Amino acid sequence: MTFSTTSWVMIFLTPILAFILGHLFLGISRKFTARIHRRVGPPVMQQFIDVMKLFGKRESTTHSWVQDMGALFAVIGVIASILFIPIGGEAVLSFQGDLIVLAYLLVIAPLGMALGTGATGNPNSAIGVSRGLMLMMAYELPFAMVLVAVMLYYDTASLGDIVAAQKGAFNWAILALPLSAIAADLSLQAMLGEKPFDQPVAPSEIASGPMVEFGGKYLGMLMVWHAMSIVVEAGLFVDLFLGGGVIFPGDSVLGLIGNIIVWAILALMMWLISVSINTVFGRFKMGQSLKFYWGVPTLLALLSLSYVVISNLGVI
Amino acid sequence: MSEDEPTGGLLDQDGRPITNLPERGFVRKVADWASARSMWLLWYCTGCGAVELPPSFTSRYDMERYGIGPMATPRQADIFLITGYLSVKTVKRIVRSYEQMQDPKYVLGHGSCTIDGGMYWDSYATVKDVGLYIPVDLYIAGCMPRPEAIFQTFEKLQDMIIKGEAVGWKKYKDNYSWYRKNQDNVFKRGPDWALEEPELR
Ligand code: SF4
Repeated sequence: MTFSTTSWVMIFLTPILAFILGHLFLGISRKFTARIHRRVGPPVMQQFIDVMKLFGKRESTTHSWVQDMGALFAVIGVIASILFIPIGGEAVLSFQGDLIVLAYLLVIAPLGMALGTGATGNPNSAIGVSRGLMLMMAYELPFAMVLVAVMLYYDTASLGDIVAAQKGAFNWAILALPLSAIAADLSLQAMLGEKPFDQPVAPSEIASGPMVEFGGKYLGMLMVWHAMSIVVEAGLFVDLFLGGGVIFPGDSVLGLIGNIIVWAILALMMWLISVSINTVFGRFKMGQSLKFYWGVPTLLALLSLSYVVISNLGVI
Repeated sequence: MSEDEPTGGLLDQDGRPITNLPERGFVRKVADWASARSMWLLWYCTGCGAVELPPSFTSRYDMERYGIGPMATPRQADIFLITGYLSVKTVKRIVRSYEQMQDPKYVLGHGSCTIDGGMYWDSYATVKDVGLYIPVDLYIAGCMPRPEAIFQTFEKLQDMIIKGEAVGWKKYKDNYSWYRKNQDNVFKRGPDWALEEPELR
């Protein structure tokens, strides 16, 4: 893999794009939730103002350098993973096997946060972290099967190739592997941490769990991480199942920008679906989520996986 | 920083501590503008006045329009809303939560009880004046104040923050010994802030 000037520029531009999109998504979703509640809701730019305020606080308490590292880990982890996500059909880093690397990178940021929160010594954050890990165990099982199914179906472990293979009318993986898509969307709900799977940060129950001791710029970092991880996770779904939003020929700059816009709209759509489920649900207990994820989504993912394996064998 | 030079020990004609307004550069002004537009509440629902808060942040009055919303812990909050009477026992929790908040932080006294004890003015178990223990930026009069009054106060506080006049947090730092003296009259600070029961006086 050689780096041209363009890819160096993209390395800096992509996280900025993800930052802006993430906060825009969150702002839109707050407005969206408010409309469902029949409220007016905050301005769409509210999320930017919140982050500005957090970084502008005069004081930020830290408990140890491990907490600093944890917050950094979370942000760096998510910046690293956004580089692997094809945006408008073009990923900054793309090679054979990058989907597997990405699957590991996605876990780095939450683990970094777990590290940082562990250092604060607050029992609520320990509960939050253990719930988060349990939840990860629940949704990673169907999600891993979905990834394997998609990789086998397109016979590649590169996200860029998967997007490229979905080019053309009615070629999206959501039509080829509908069951996998449903399982992935169900897993997305917990990945994004939306209700009914928001046990790790249950504000009224364990006082926002891992974030409990984070204030000022530390909380700001976690909010940046959260905003960017929405883009990564919703974008991953778009790349896997919705053709990466590629509908214009991507060889011209205009086409690429068009593709990026379509990609962003599709990712926003996935995020809003998740938010609308969030708005009408209460919170599951930990056991209920485990039971849920190891039930229907796992079954769907397994069915889809077996379909792919059998058809690869040439039986059907 | 020169702006944070303590003025320690100066009292106004009511015997309350005062402090000078910090000088603000451009960045600080922008940050203050942001904190006026995004105020996260920590409310300490000690009294009956808290019952007016649910209508203020649900669909009828919708606090979130102004970027104001509830937060789970003191570390994350900017505004401390003390909704009602404080017993001798809860003052310690108030001070403790206040000290966990991050500067700049603002305190609103919500209801008559926080001003002069309200209808508990002659009770042996309540603290009559919150301003003796932590610096209160604004009081909301009324028993209980309606959401309209709460919003008026928020707007006033926003104004004050943007103009750089809401300096309760600085007052507390500059005049800590004054506040500490008053706090010591109500409760003892054990080692590590262990929650000892207050001595009644
Ligand atoms: S001011 Fe009135 S409503 Fe508020 S706590 Fe006191 S008695 Fe209750």
